[in-house]
Amino acid sequence: MVQAEITARSISGTAGLAHVGISALDKDYRSPKGVVVNALRQIDLTIGRGEFVSVVGPSGCGKSTLLKCIAGIADVTGGRIDVDGKPVVEPPEGMAIVFQRDILLDWRNVIDNIMLPIEFHRLPRGPALARARDLLALIGLAGYESRQPWELSGGQRQRVAICRALIQDPALLLMDEPFGALDALTRDELNLELQRLWLQTRKTVLFITHSISEAVFLSDRVVVMAANPGRIVETIAIDLPRPRTLDARETPVFGRSTSRIRRLFEGMGFLKDSR
Amino acid sequence: MSHTRTVVLVLVGFFVFWEVAVWATSAPSFILPAPSAVALEIASDPVWYARHAAYTVGACLLGFFFALVLGVLAAIGIVYSRVLESTLYTLLVSLNSIPKIALAPLFIIWMGTNLSSKVAISMLIALFSIVIDTVLGLRSVDPDVLDMTKSMRARPLQVLWKIRFPSALPAMFAGMKVAISLALVGAIAGEFVASQVGLGYVILTAQGMFQIPRVFAAIVLLGILGTILFYLVGIAERILVPWHVSQRGGNVGAVHGA
Ligand SMILES: Nc1ncnc2c1ncn2[C@@H]1O[C@H](COP(=O)(O)OP(=O)(O)OP(=O)(O)O)[C@@H](O)[C@H]1O
Ligand SMILES: [Mg+2]
Repeated sequence: MVQAEITARSISGTAGLAHVGISALDKDYRSPKGVVVNALRQIDLTIGRGEFVSVVGPSGCGKSTLLKCIAGIADVTGGRIDVDGKPVVEPPEGMAIVFQRDILLDWRNVIDNIMLPIEFHRLPRGPALARARDLLALIGLAGYESRQPWELSGGQRQRVAICRALIQDPALLLMDEPFGALDALTRDELNLELQRLWLQTRKTVLFITHSISEAVFLSDRVVVMAANPGRIVETIAIDLPRPRTLDARETPVFGRSTSRIRRLFEGMGFLKDSR
Repeated sequence: MSHTRTVVLVLVGFFVFWEVAVWATSAPSFILPAPSAVALEIASDPVWYARHAAYTVGACLLGFFFALVLGVLAAIGIVYSRVLESTLYTLLVSLNSIPKIALAPLFIIWMGTNLSSKVAISMLIALFSIVIDTVLGLRSVDPDVLDMTKSMRARPLQVLWKIRFPSALPAMFAGMKVAISLALVGAIAGEFVASQVGLGYVILTAQGMFQIPRVFAAIVLLGILGTILFYLVGIAERILVPWHVSQRGGNVGAVHGA
């Protein structure tokens, strides 16, 4: 009954304030040999302005592909995507991505890596530099400005990549498993920091993850995808008050949401206890 | 730098072995002069040797410089243009396997016996490795990095200058290290064919008059100059590409040991 409520709410969702609108999106990859992969099939999704939406799903179900289509760095096969009411034909303005890998440039130190988009946009360096320092401090890397990327730990590198996305002050932040390669402790820490940042700035966030509990912890809504073809099976609203503490993960609402998603995975043949 | 010390030790060892071998076998100096005899030969007229060496090195450096400029420009064209890739690059790659030294006499006919023909031969021989390695480097950019720059709405020239060029530098230096040695080969080849000056000319004329110590003096000078030129490229690499894995100091670990 509670589950029915959760899904019912998610449908009414956030009409009217759409930041990202996706309707009947299809995306095929064609290999040189002519084999066609249906990476995405008939995706409908609306993301409200200031909303935090996560996407979970098995590996290869098209999560990264969906993100690349929204970002305008992959062509779509069918359907349409609007950002700010405008169809996406190239990377939209006011959008930034945190990629699955941190991809820092080895020939630039920490601060210059963060400044890269500023240089591309030819914005004045002075104020941006001050903002870059603030962001570093905010994310716990004060004093790391002139370190080289290879001198950083995996978690520190990913923080720098997050700063590089945030310096553009994007209204829309797309994050592709940004914490996938981190240990559980660092991940918890960055989850808290991300929530704090989001509460301060209220950016629209699309957050891709493998972790069900991370998705539930961070999100207003969790989109569950299935593979072959890549499609959305369900969208679940997370009704937990903010700011959420790590202890929120022990609450019944949290447990109901995660087990609901887990059962959807089981329905796809994943996470079954095979003993 | 323990590597430099190893190189110096090996070289000193080589010359000592050469010296001892010549004394032990009492080889006549018109077959194999001892290093001390070669050194005396150079010391007998250092200014004369310096003049010839300067000519050869000048031809080599000019050839290398033009090969670098033309090669990098060609590589950028090849990477950005389908047409250039399927014409120029295909041509360069298939011509690369022919021995370009064989073309040296042609250049003398076309351009005369002056410096310009040596520079041209030197450039031609050095050009290939620079073009091929620069193309390789410009292309080997991480596709994720290109996605990132696209998402930041970077302009093509910004991507070339801020992304492709720096990530190509390690490969470019690999090409330049080969090219600088080849440029020297080209300069000498040109002098062998026709010249009145240069270490190649010294070798050729001394050989004709059986002045074997002089031949060896020129060869030893060429060896020293080639080594210095190669190290200069290495120093430039260390200055311009300090971030590359092969250049990082600190805890890189033992490659040969353990
Ligand atoms: N460039 C490409 N060319 C061909 N097929 C591709 C390409 N990129 C992705 N695919 C295919 O599309 C499908 C979806 O890939 P995608 O990277 O979007 O998955 P994902 O959900 O992000 O997986 P993961 O969680 O492992 O990152 C996969 O079957 C993949 O093999
Ligand atoms: Mg992915």
